[in-house]
Amino acid sequence: MTVQLIAMQLFSGLALGAVLIMVALGLSIIFGMLGIVNFAHGALFMVGAYAGLYVAGLTGSFWWALLIAPVMIGLFGMLIERFLIRPLYGRSPDDPLLLTFGLGYVLVEAVRIFFGTDGIPFSTPGALRGVVNLGIGFFPLYRLFVIGVVVAVLLLLWIGLEKTKFGLIVRAGSADPLIMRVLGVDISRLWLVVFGIGVGITALGGVLAAPMRNVSPEMGTLVLAEAFVVTVIGGMGSLPGAVIAGLIVGVSVSMTSLFAPEMATIVMFALMALILLVRPNGLYGRAAPGL
Amino acid sequence: MSVIRNAELVPAPARRNFATLFSNVSRWRVPLSILALCILPWVLPSQALAVNVLIYGLVAVGYNLLFGYTGLLSFGHAAFFGAGAYATGIAIGAFGLHWFIAMLIGVLVSGLLATVMGVLAIRTRGIYFSMVTLALAQLVYYAALQASSWTGGENGLRGFTVSTLHLPGFSVNFLDPLVKYYAIMIVVAAALWFVSRVLSSPFGAVIEAIRENETRARACGYDVERTKLLSFILSGILCGLAGTLSAMHLSIVPLDSLHYHTSGLIVMMTLLGGAGSFFGPFIGALAFLSMEDIFSLWTSNWQLIVGVIFILFVLYLPKGIWGTLISWGKSR
Amino acid sequence: MTNEIEKLALRPIGRRAALIGLAGVAGTLSMPWIARAQAETIRIGFPTPLTGPFAAEANDQVRSAQLAVKLANDKGGIAGRKVELLVRDDKLNAGEAATRTLELIEKDKVHAVVGALSSAVQLAVNEVTRARSMLYISISQSDTINEIKDFSPYTFHEALNPTMTTAVVAKHSFKKGSKVAYLVADYAYGHEMLRGFKRAAKEIGAQTVSEILHPFGAADYSTFIPTILASGADILCICNFGRDQANSIKQAVDFGVKDQMKIVVPVLLHNQRLAVDPEVFEGVTGGANYYWGLEETVPSAKAFNDAFRAMYKGTIPTDYGAYGYTGVASLLMAIEKAGGTEPQKVIAALEALKYDIAKGEQSYRKCDHQSMQSVLVLESKAKKAMKSDADLFKIVAAEPASESVLRTCSELGFKS
Repeated sequence: MTVQLIAMQLFSGLALGAVLIMVALGLSIIFGMLGIVNFAHGALFMVGAYAGLYVAGLTGSFWWALLIAPVMIGLFGMLIERFLIRPLYGRSPDDPLLLTFGLGYVLVEAVRIFFGTDGIPFSTPGALRGVVNLGIGFFPLYRLFVIGVVVAVLLLLWIGLEKTKFGLIVRAGSADPLIMRVLGVDISRLWLVVFGIGVGITALGGVLAAPMRNVSPEMGTLVLAEAFVVTVIGGMGSLPGAVIAGLIVGVSVSMTSLFAPEMATIVMFALMALILLVRPNGLYGRAAPGL
Repeated sequence: MSVIRNAELVPAPARRNFATLFSNVSRWRVPLSILALCILPWVLPSQALAVNVLIYGLVAVGYNLLFGYTGLLSFGHAAFFGAGAYATGIAIGAFGLHWFIAMLIGVLVSGLLATVMGVLAIRTRGIYFSMVTLALAQLVYYAALQASSWTGGENGLRGFTVSTLHLPGFSVNFLDPLVKYYAIMIVVAAALWFVSRVLSSPFGAVIEAIRENETRARACGYDVERTKLLSFILSGILCGLAGTLSAMHLSIVPLDSLHYHTSGLIVMMTLLGGAGSFFGPFIGALAFLSMEDIFSLWTSNWQLIVGVIFILFVLYLPKGIWGTLISWGKSR
Repeated sequence: MTNEIEKLALRPIGRRAALIGLAGVAGTLSMPWIARAQAETIRIGFPTPLTGPFAAEANDQVRSAQLAVKLANDKGGIAGRKVELLVRDDKLNAGEAATRTLELIEKDKVHAVVGALSSAVQLAVNEVTRARSMLYISISQSDTINEIKDFSPYTFHEALNPTMTTAVVAKHSFKKGSKVAYLVADYAYGHEMLRGFKRAAKEIGAQTVSEILHPFGAADYSTFIPTILASGADILCICNFGRDQANSIKQAVDFGVKDQMKIVVPVLLHNQRLAVDPEVFEGVTGGANYYWGLEETVPSAKAFNDAFRAMYKGTIPTDYGAYGYTGVASLLMAIEKAGGTEPQKVIAALEALKYDIAKGEQSYRKCDHQSMQSVLVLESKAKKAMKSDADLFKIVAAEPASESVLRTCSELGFKS
């Protein structure tokens, strides 16, 4: 075992962390702003990948898919919020969780009906194929691109939330919806938009993952688990928490892969259990609402 | 909501006939359940399905103690179901123990596991409680996957078929589907009676008080943590008992019985029937398994139908089948 | 989803629960059935995962099994009796499969069970049929079913097992002095494939340079690949199945693994290959029980393909589909020879059976009831070399049936 290999493993871990952040972001936003645990997250991720496949098939370009599919699915997310989630506001926090659990079943099955039960190939876009020599080893160009996109999305989110008036209202709305309503802000429209953005980012994750993981109706199942682990470790609803948790999980998985590879999945859950036992609200989480 | 959930426990003054009917149903709930269970194998498409209804009905009833009555949403109950099943299977297959001893061991192991998981999990609240239970159950899943020399790993546990039940003085053919059904039914009926007693005890009132208002329950001097833990363990033991019965029924233990899909299934059944009511979970298991059995013969897209029905229930009938029936009866 | 499957799945629902229940109370479950057994339809239960990630393979199995039944009925039935296939969805879940099998035996009164795709499901069905003395033809690839612990005198294993495939694949891809790295799914089937490859490697004189177990069902393989690249291997054996295989090969190729080493897998699946870009799989070598291209050299494959094409609008059968056909057809041949469905007679007939119905000569070995059959070695074609959408593989070798690629009866625990 050389120093070079360990360095390479560390880098793979950070890169995997970026993928995990991307996978978890949508879940974290929707919980953080609306307090909704979206169990259909994995299914929406998968639907996003299929939407990307569909757009790429129509336009013949990965880039259009990357742009249009998230918007499409984001709008679809708004429909979900308007007709399925909105009637549940004010009820037990378990209700949206249970509803989205059922919605996950429906989405997976709907995709099986329209696109078939088989996996469908999704090529890596031509410009992003090949490997790059990092000095410590070779790394796929596409994965470097994914890291870039994740950084860009995080930056946009940060600017959007911290530097714009919209962001100010969203933050205020999530802190105290009642006061905002009294102040004359249309909270329900705000939540519609936030849910749409969350789902759109989830779909973006799906499109980005498609060239790495292939596209199949079941691709969301694992994603749901990964996203929960990252979000929960970071503290549900905390964006910085999700980023740090993603990187921690990525590096832990990578280092486990080197020394005890068969434990690479379980280490995520062990980490989650451990952190929650020491910090019951995750690394950066606030106390759970409701219950 | 709380009034309705309590409806069965504290019979309201019987003003109209329906209310009387429902309070009678509530008073005679154990004999009525047993009567219903006796006719089950004759009305369902198959005896194997009827046994599954018994088993998952018991799981849902056990889960309901925690979710419906105590108000804690656990996503890890597959661990207890699976642990009970594995412990029983291993006790028979690897140690050659009598099936009755093996069942006791199954219940004991799931109880121990529930104690450990409960102690760890009740420190957290709300969604974090759900996530800790999920994470711990996943650890159990992976442990079973890794310990393949004991559990059979992904292939599942096999080699412990019980074909004859030896009882003091006589023995019965456990391969006969009806004999198997009624043998398992006796155990389930006893468990239902036990749950009924627990719910009508002071403990039953305290867990509901915690569900309705934890702070107030604490202020009233109840030891909230200990009560929650006890409810968690009782619920785990009941799921474990169902697990041991499942092992006896199928003569295998699939690794999937520990998967979080199983936990999700348990939640779905409980909610479908009506959380927080005595009959609800059993009716939920019956409805869910029958739907699955019948729809999966019609179409391979049965999950679509099940998912839509589930969504409609959350939206329009959040009290579940039985809960809705009760409130409908009360409103008459 | 094909309509045929739904139709055939619809057919055998009967609400005779009460009647059957009464018979059960009398305690004479099987008695009344023997009396009128001769005119009775031969019912074959067929559990298969119609839902889940292997639905495509399951549908192919059903279509091929249905073809075997149709051919039998077209020539007037078997031993003068009609044949019926009762398809059930096992959902790729062993518990579900056990329940469905109990239903098939107790309610539908089947005479035999054929099917299962995953190893766990197969062993569950085996456990249920063994306790009830029910004939079972297993069509899932696994070594476990051959071992004495799970042996049932009523079970025959029509599918290949990992020992066979790895022995043949290694013979045609390992050389003396080859440096081999293994990426192995950490569960029974993965370990069985690894054991098979290493056994063959030892004989050939190839050397193991790296051995990585990955968690079963992992989504991301990027963290395993640096070790593989650093191992200096010239062959990478990826011992996993289905989606795991597709994902791990895709990601290994992204990392440039194929520039340094050849990728070898124990089993190449027709439908999984279709789910991934041809250039990802290009040059990947693996084993198979069947490939439609076999028709150029094997007459029975040609006959099978033609019958399949005639029944299903010109489509071709796939690897797992062929199991459905050979499994049901060999069982029916044995029932014909035995003159009925009496289990002991059918077992004797199956043990003596020599059959060539899709892929050359086959027969069941007496000790473990494993079907000895030809094993194909396939190489995935480059996109430009494909003459049609179904022209996926080049047949590198078609190793004829031989007991030498199996573990010996005494190795499996049988007394010889």
